[in-house]
Amino acid sequence: MATLELKNVKKTYGSGLPDTLKDIELKIESGEFLILVGPSGCGKSTLMNCIAGLENITGGEILVDGADISGMSPKDRDIAMVFQSYALYPTMNVRENIAFGLKMRKMSPAAIEEEVARVAKLLQIEHLLTRKPGQLSGGQQQRVAMGRALARRPKIYLFDEPLSNLDAKLRVEMRTEIKLMHQRLKTTTVYVTHDQIEAMTLGDKVAVMKDGIVQQFGTPQQIYNDPANLFVASFIGSPPMNFIPLRLQRRDGRLLALLDSGQARCELPLAMQDEGLENREVILGIRPEQINLATAGANLPSILTEVEVIEPTGPDTLVFVNLNQTKVCCRLAPDMAPKVGETLELQFDPDKVLLFDAKSGERLGLLGKSQPAETAGRVTRLIPR
Amino acid sequence: MTNSIAATPMARPFAKSSISFSRIAIYVTLFGAAAVYLIPLVVMLLTSFKTPDDIRTGNLLSWPQVVDGIGWIKAWDIVGGYFWNSVKITVPAVLISTFIGAMNGYVLSMWRFRGSELFFGLLLFGCFLPFQTVLLPASFTLGKLGLANTTAGLVLIHVVYGMAFTTLFFRNFYVSIPDALVKAARLDGAGFFTIFGRILLPMSVPIIMVCLIWQFTQIWNDFLFGVVFASGDAQPITVALNNLVNTSTGAKEYNVDMAAAMIAGLPTLLVYIVAGKYFLRGLTAGAVKG
Repeated sequence: MATLELKNVKKTYGSGLPDTLKDIELKIESGEFLILVGPSGCGKSTLMNCIAGLENITGGEILVDGADISGMSPKDRDIAMVFQSYALYPTMNVRENIAFGLKMRKMSPAAIEEEVARVAKLLQIEHLLTRKPGQLSGGQQQRVAMGRALARRPKIYLFDEPLSNLDAKLRVEMRTEIKLMHQRLKTTTVYVTHDQIEAMTLGDKVAVMKDGIVQQFGTPQQIYNDPANLFVASFIGSPPMNFIPLRLQRRDGRLLALLDSGQARCELPLAMQDEGLENREVILGIRPEQINLATAGANLPSILTEVEVIEPTGPDTLVFVNLNQTKVCCRLAPDMAPKVGETLELQFDPDKVLLFDAKSGERLGLLGKSQPAETAGRVTRLIPR
Repeated sequence: MTNSIAATPMARPFAKSSISFSRIAIYVTLFGAAAVYLIPLVVMLLTSFKTPDDIRTGNLLSWPQVVDGIGWIKAWDIVGGYFWNSVKITVPAVLISTFIGAMNGYVLSMWRFRGSELFFGLLLFGCFLPFQTVLLPASFTLGKLGLANTTAGLVLIHVVYGMAFTTLFFRNFYVSIPDALVKAARLDGAGFFTIFGRILLPMSVPIIMVCLIWQFTQIWNDFLFGVVFASGDAQPITVALNNLVNTSTGAKEYNVDMAAAMIAGLPTLLVYIVAGKYFLRGLTAGAVKG
């Protein structure tokens, strides 16, 4: 149990090369579950290796419980890691794999035996203790890898895409199990993934990364509802947020977004009061579940449009329509789902609509609204290059 | 339903026509190739058990009229001492060069440093250097070290020369091992040598076997370094065999020559028979990840 704080962490692989990590600033409290999420090559695994001490940082500080550990060797940091490939020692059986770290720390054989038994019980791998990793299934190897990390009772757990080698069903099972484990043990955890569903479901805090920069750091709800920029908005959410490029207009002192489905038009009055948005090229972002079938008394702006494609997923049916020459996805209940070619009347809640700058991808129109994103998490703006 | 399908014998298109023309052709070719390699060995073996008179009167492939071990006894008297010289040179040279190769391979794959790839590339040059080109510089170095004409000097030469190959073997073997293994061990608190000794070496049995066989064959069969860097009683068996066969005094005792040649060749033969399966397994180790 420990707090973890990263201050201005920088990493570069040599002068002249672009920085792999740029001024990373993150802080999590004791017992929190931090997710580092981003596309491959965004620096999330590098950041994790830096926390573990497997790579040295070129600037900044890594504080655990307030003490800088960035100069310490991996074994002195009291951090355990679960690897994507599990990295089980192939010539040792499960018991020896779990005990290896304890042996290296010169624990007494009796204490090691006790600890291995505890971990094996916790992970329900008692019957596998004498097997070699080669004789285990992927899910069992995953458990052993977690057992090896749990055995040392470290201050911080690091998980490096631990579920990406499992099949879809097992992945969901293990995800729940990791969450359960964390709820029970309450150990500070950093978890790297490129899977946005894992990020949303597991994390207390999520840091979305791209190009070595933390794009946004906050709770999953903040990230989902209040993305800091176009990248975060597009990365989190499945199916992804709809992005409709358009030019804003002003009438009677209100900003308007004009939507055009080909057969009808709709004026979407926006809540943002920000000056300077008028006549600007913007991207309007709206999540698929925030577009609904128009209801009589709702008094929300609506538009008639033709259904182009439908994709039933089971719990929802995804309906694709065309607005402003852009394919727009809406998520409807299956019993309400139309047929292809039918005309629908869709309604939007203007308060849920987000605006982004078309060039920089930065979030716009925050001035007129309250900013929950700033109350809990630091928002790093996408720096245009 | 499924059971009945499983119980029905599957149609095997190749089961009946096993004695086809192409089959025969393949076996004839294989036997022919085997004969080409085996006949010299058979001639040697037969000749070594013949008496000198028998050799002069009979032909090469004829069976000995009396099986006579005198050739082997005489041969052992002459080359026996040199046989042990070879053992004294080969065993330390093989073990040391294999160990150094493993160490080099470990560092070059798991602990890369700036320029390690270049270092490896340069080391590989050692694989392509002909023996003859290093004779003079090597003898100069051995002289300076005071190791000229000693067994230790010959061991040193073989270790240095073998290092390029052994490093290549181990480095390429370790490159196929995920480096997460080393990272995990570092987080578990293991140091440089502990990781090597406790985690990587136990995984390396196949490649160690390849290395041992390769180095043993190379060093045991070496003639050039032996003839140049050893003299008199310190010479390895290959040189002694050459001296025996090339003496021009007295009558040629082919049975002794052949027996001596067999004695010189047996250890490598034995190594292949005992460890051959590991050799194949090790050579293909990179292909199947375990």
